[in-house]
Amino acid sequence: MNWQRRGKIFDPTNDSFFDNLVGYAQSPQVLPINEGHRVFFSTRVADGLQKFKSVVAFVDFDHYFRYIHNRACHDVVTLGDLGNFDEHGIFPFSPTVAKGQIFAYTCGWSRRVSVSVETSTGLAVSDDGGKTFRKMGHGPIFTSSLHEPFLVGDSFVRFFESAFHMWYIYGTKWIDNHNTGQAERVYKIGYARSSNGVDWERVRQGIINDKIGVEECQALPSVAYWKGYYHMVFCYRHPFDFRTNPDKGYRLGYAVSNNLLDWQRNDSALDSLLPTGKDDWDADMMCYPHFFVHANKLHLLYNGNQFGKFGFGLATTE
Amino acid sequence: MFEWEKVGKIFDPTKVGDRPWLNEFAQAPSTLIFEDFVRVYFSCRPPADEKGQYVSYTAFVDLKRDDLTCVVNVAESPILPLGERGTFDEFGVYPTSVIRSDEKVIAYFGGWTRCESVPFNVAIGCAQSFDGGVTFQRLGNGPILSYSPNEPFILSGPKIRRFNGKWQLFYIAGKKWIQTSVRPEPVYRIRLATSDNGFDWIKHDQDLIPTRIEENECQASPDVFFFDGSYHMFYCYRYSLNYKGKDGGYRIGYAYSKDLISWVRRDDLAGIDVSNFGWDNEMISYPHVFMLDGQIWMMYLGNGVGRYGFGLARLTGKLPSW
Repeated sequence: MNWQRRGKIFDPTNDSFFDNLVGYAQSPQVLPINEGHRVFFSTRVADGLQKFKSVVAFVDFDHYFRYIHNRACHDVVTLGDLGNFDEHGIFPFSPTVAKGQIFAYTCGWSRRVSVSVETSTGLAVSDDGGKTFRKMGHGPIFTSSLHEPFLVGDSFVRFFESAFHMWYIYGTKWIDNHNTGQAERVYKIGYARSSNGVDWERVRQGIINDKIGVEECQALPSVAYWKGYYHMVFCYRHPFDFRTNPDKGYRLGYAVSNNLLDWQRNDSALDSLLPTGKDDWDADMMCYPHFFVHANKLHLLYNGNQFGKFGFGLATTE
Repeated sequence: MFEWEKVGKIFDPTKVGDRPWLNEFAQAPSTLIFEDFVRVYFSCRPPADEKGQYVSYTAFVDLKRDDLTCVVNVAESPILPLGERGTFDEFGVYPTSVIRSDEKVIAYFGGWTRCESVPFNVAIGCAQSFDGGVTFQRLGNGPILSYSPNEPFILSGPKIRRFNGKWQLFYIAGKKWIQTSVRPEPVYRIRLATSDNGFDWIKHDQDLIPTRIEENECQASPDVFFFDGSYHMFYCYRYSLNYKGKDGGYRIGYAYSKDLISWVRRDDLAGIDVSNFGWDNEMISYPHVFMLDGQIWMMYLGNGVGRYGFGLARLTGKLPSW
């Protein structure tokens, strides 16, 4: 694939609308609208001195991603009440259009004591063209189970070939980092199917081969149909030291499929996307990618350094 | 109305002595009947940690079949270790309900984790035993019944039964957390899920028992048996707040049903209440009713929700016919 880098297209720390936040525009995901592209993302609000919550926002771009003409934050979808799975944040937020309705699959965060967090997938529906979303119940639609014991999330759903398909991540273990005393998580990509988008049947686990060992952490699968194949982009990293050491941090991975089930990993398809300068906005980290097709070109939105604290960028196939 | 004759407290965990993990509490009794003895599973706790927090283990005590006040054996170790770091049952296995299936014994249990904004969360796990119910192995590291849109947290108190050729799992699900000046308190209600194989469950997704004493009534221990064409459920209920003393504490209720779905609540017929004095004069809870050699018995908890053990009552009158 021949990628053209468009660079960073949105920075929340340079946009006065998001002034009172602490930065972050994570996991950009597109909903097509009449006036162009609505890009949902998770930003952060401070919650006490040391912590934060992720909340869902969006910016609307024109058709060619040249300018932003609308912004929203805080009222896109509410966080959960006390004790609920999405009490401490929603990240990511994944919109999809199917059967004439706009759905969003939410990854809800709630804090734990022996480990930092637990996640599950919720479902929300929009009645106003994608401005606001109401949640289906207080609990998740897709969560931990016998062989996926924790950290089910990052659900990405598309309606292909008369069925709903979900790519998601699930935790496989918490491992102790003896240098920091923290437990760090390992997670992999799974695949589930549904006839209605609500009730899901798990089909296959570990659908993407590891590249950097069994403790490779794989996140945010995103799939688009383009030129006769299904294309998946995701991000992956080492389990430890990934926050500050660029050698251990997130990179983008790629896989291709012709049947939605069997995937051939081929990260080199993204080689032409890689930054060339050491000071580039994405030189240290590339993460939280999103594939979509527009004007017959495969488009990629993704975050760069510091997990998207300073926004997201765009690349397109030539 | 049911008529029960109280036999008294029959097992006190604080008297066992030589098992540090079985220091206090014998909660949520549940029986498995053997040729010479009745095995009673219950949940117990070692002393609290430096922060005053407990973990729970499930253990058992064997009672002589023809004299249920006679203890013949106490489990040497918990039937299951606690879950691994970050799993749903890392901090407790409580309560547990068991059933025989071919050569195996299957256990359904509440697994406890600790949360930041609320004290805990619970989901239902499953384990199986190949040695007659002495030790169990989990089917997996995750829960077998977990959260859903209308059951957002606290799936606990499983009671496994087989009726009509199907597996029936009665349990409780959380409705909301109430913030108080001390700590958040949960509200939970009785629910039902059904399965053909004991592993894949379909939730009925409705509360089975209407509330009676307040909107935020908490209900637990849905213990169901079939007799004379009807399903009979004993359970316990309490106020959502100030429930640690006599006024707001647990009482035992009763409901009946023809189809397991529609239940008629008739607490006035339960026939068992707190005593005027003694080990169960403040609260009674976690009923478990079972038939043994033609006699119907109830095990239940008294003051302190089982901190000092469980007791026994014998049905003396006839069962009502509906």
